[in-house]
Amino acid sequence: MKIRTLLGAALLASSMLVAGAASAKSLVYCSEGSPENFTPSVNTTGTSFDAARPVYNRLVQFTPGTTQVEPGLAESWTVSEDGKTITFKLRPGVKFHSGVNGFTPTRDLNAEDVIWSFERQWKADHPYAKVSGGSYDYFNDMGMPDLLESVTKGDDDMTVVIKLTKPNAPIIANLAMDFAAIHSAEYAKYLMDKGTPEQFDQIPVGTGSFQFVAYQKDAVIRFKAFDGWAGKPKIDDLVYAITPDATARYAKLKANECQVMIAPNPADLPDMKQNADINVMEQAGLNIGYYALNAQKPPFDKPEVRKAIAMAIDRDAIIKEVYQGAGQKAKNPIPPTMWSYDESTVDIPYDPAKAKEMLKAAGVEGLKTDIWWMPVQRPYNPNAKRMAEMIQADLAKVGIEATLVSYEWGEYRKRMQAGEHQTGMLGWTGDNGDPDNFLAVLLGCNAEGKPNGNNIPKWCNAEFQEVVNKAAEISDQAERAKLYKRAQEIVAAEVPWVNIAHSTVFEPLRKSVTGYKVSPLGAHEFQNVDITE
Amino acid sequence: MFRFLLKRLALTIPTFIALMFITFVMIRLVPGDPIEVRKGERGISPERLAQLRHEMGLDQPVWKQFLDYANGLLHGDFGTSIISKAPVLHEFLTLFPATLELTLSAMIFAIVLGIPAGVIAASRRGGVYDQTLMGLALTGYSMPIFWWGLILILLMSNTLGLTPVSGRVDLIKFYYEPVTGFMLIDSLLSGQKGAFLDAVHHLILPMIVLGTVPLAVIARMTRSSMLEVLEEDYVRTARAKGLSWARVVGIHALRNALIPVVTVIGLQVGGLLAGAVLTETIFSWPGVGKWLIESINRRDYPALQGGIMLIAGIVIVVNLLVDMLYGLINPRIRHAK
Repeated sequence: MKIRTLLGAALLASSMLVAGAASAKSLVYCSEGSPENFTPSVNTTGTSFDAARPVYNRLVQFTPGTTQVEPGLAESWTVSEDGKTITFKLRPGVKFHSGVNGFTPTRDLNAEDVIWSFERQWKADHPYAKVSGGSYDYFNDMGMPDLLESVTKGDDDMTVVIKLTKPNAPIIANLAMDFAAIHSAEYAKYLMDKGTPEQFDQIPVGTGSFQFVAYQKDAVIRFKAFDGWAGKPKIDDLVYAITPDATARYAKLKANECQVMIAPNPADLPDMKQNADINVMEQAGLNIGYYALNAQKPPFDKPEVRKAIAMAIDRDAIIKEVYQGAGQKAKNPIPPTMWSYDESTVDIPYDPAKAKEMLKAAGVEGLKTDIWWMPVQRPYNPNAKRMAEMIQADLAKVGIEATLVSYEWGEYRKRMQAGEHQTGMLGWTGDNGDPDNFLAVLLGCNAEGKPNGNNIPKWCNAEFQEVVNKAAEISDQAERAKLYKRAQEIVAAEVPWVNIAHSTVFEPLRKSVTGYKVSPLGAHEFQNVDITE
Repeated sequence: MFRFLLKRLALTIPTFIALMFITFVMIRLVPGDPIEVRKGERGISPERLAQLRHEMGLDQPVWKQFLDYANGLLHGDFGTSIISKAPVLHEFLTLFPATLELTLSAMIFAIVLGIPAGVIAASRRGGVYDQTLMGLALTGYSMPIFWWGLILILLMSNTLGLTPVSGRVDLIKFYYEPVTGFMLIDSLLSGQKGAFLDAVHHLILPMIVLGTVPLAVIARMTRSSMLEVLEEDYVRTARAKGLSWARVVGIHALRNALIPVVTVIGLQVGGLLAGAVLTETIFSWPGVGKWLIESINRRDYPALQGGIMLIAGIVIVVNLLVDMLYGLINPRIRHAK
């Protein structure tokens, strides 16, 4: 009798175990590299951001699949009349992950955590300022030290007040970026007391949909679902299989060893699209590849000359040959996934005969110039040398003789930023999805009418500048969108550069995966993803 | 023997210094530095560039950087990785067991198949076996690792479904913390059913890919060395005594024929570690090879330099051991002036 009871209990227990195992859903994501560590603010690569993303939230976040900003850890925010004070109301009852690295939180998220997260990157005397090298690239690159006046607690523990040195609407988009992740001040103190502050960046604790389990260098990162403020995700175990070779990633996807993969080899795409088990999602990347004409060097100071050159270039041929189908022709300086994109812009047609006429009318004859090409492959320009050769041939057809120029990549950027080129190519990948991050950064000039460093066409236009400045100061997005549309019209008329292409981002995944959205910002997120197999 | 060893040891010191100098200079000759590589189109302000370069010690003259590095190395300090901020030695030791597991298995695979193949080819000189085996060996020797790895994945994993594509373990079925870093041992220690077989299963393809070139070299070397030995007088004597073929070849000839083969095996260690860089990348094998590639891409000077020094150190030590072993199995070397 006893034995039978025992046997029965054992059977029951094992069947429960089996049932438990069967119902656990795991998703393996084939990522391309190892994270530097798990604190986004000290990192610079998309690989590292992806690795930390399941763990953290920010005050505001990007709506999956878009560049729109929505509430995150802050349930709402208000901007003062003068645009210089932003007051965030934190979401109540937000729990931090418990049990990671022996840490058990004793309280929910409050203003202290938010202040801690910003001050670490901002104040040199912060106890964590020097931990893990203490280089906060994005915080600095996005101009936060110049923009922030103070980050303080409001009337209660759940209110954070950010004071700015000047009105700046795009800062809300900055706060949705990875570097603005909110950490647990309590966990930081716990590790400092233990004498192991460096673990803070290696064993992350956050409020995100997945809790960190383990990382084996260069091999695997494991997370498990966390039932937090955003609800429990549909998958229980999230595993990142670090697979650096694109062909091997695809082989793993085919063998169902992973269900989602990053960065396919363009050569594999036709085969992927034919595979019955695989879905290839695609979207225009948040980038622009352009060919700039230095407006400070005649004859490129004349808009009609710049327009004639744009007309002389066969961009369809470039898209086909240089991008091999993984790019779309650009007609605006901002990509179509970005809010305020001007659909109504009429693209400049390819018309070498007319270009020749226009050049003649402008008095340009026997022009000799240079074409600078980048020595590296970038997402927005996979083969700059080939592109330069094609442009060189196109220009020859309208009587312009061009020589090709290139330098080592660091040197190339430095010289271009200094404006040494007559014409040349470069591009940009957006940071925060805000049009300001393209228009003001890439075509903006300072108060004295001198081009900013990243203004490669060295083009300054008073009306454009006024519109872009104004758009950065007001917080009403509909109003801002109108201004940015106007800015795009000015660019379309002035042609400071030839818009070449936005590259296409491909995301292959198994058909068993549902709810996955391609992020225009290049993020890989799994909180809303389900798996049916 | 002791003098022989001392002499060899003394020779390794200048080798090591020269190596340190050459790698140090070569790494810095590659265009772009760690900061420029991190910066995209945005560029960096001159002040911040100066600050970061100062923090990384890159603002010092190269000779000073070299002396600082050499000084650190003398004190056993391999520096700190610019990217992960972890000590280079620690990173290397974390990853090296995976590389060792892979290279050892590849070496065993190459020896176990290579020596018999060479012996068979030699004893059937000019016959079908000889022609086929040596033809295969030549093919194996000329096989580019990257291509061979991908072909095997496509065939064995994707088409036939016999082996996993990459990695060291089935990530969904098994989860255990590394204890030794050797998956075959850790899987046994984990006590999870099927874990060991799963680890073996994952090892098969990378082992074959990495082992192919040394297999070919060992087979060819064994054959030619065997052919030479089979001509020797003592082999003829052994035959004349009426000993069986197996005894003549297996005992009398093979032992002598193995001497050059052992040297070749030692020399293969360098090649194996170089091949591991590619094999690890294809098979997502978390060893030092993959780590070095990433360090190059990120211009992580300390990690790269430290990794190269450590690997070179291993190659030098292995070659020293082989030389000693050579002396042991061949008394003529030991006693020669």
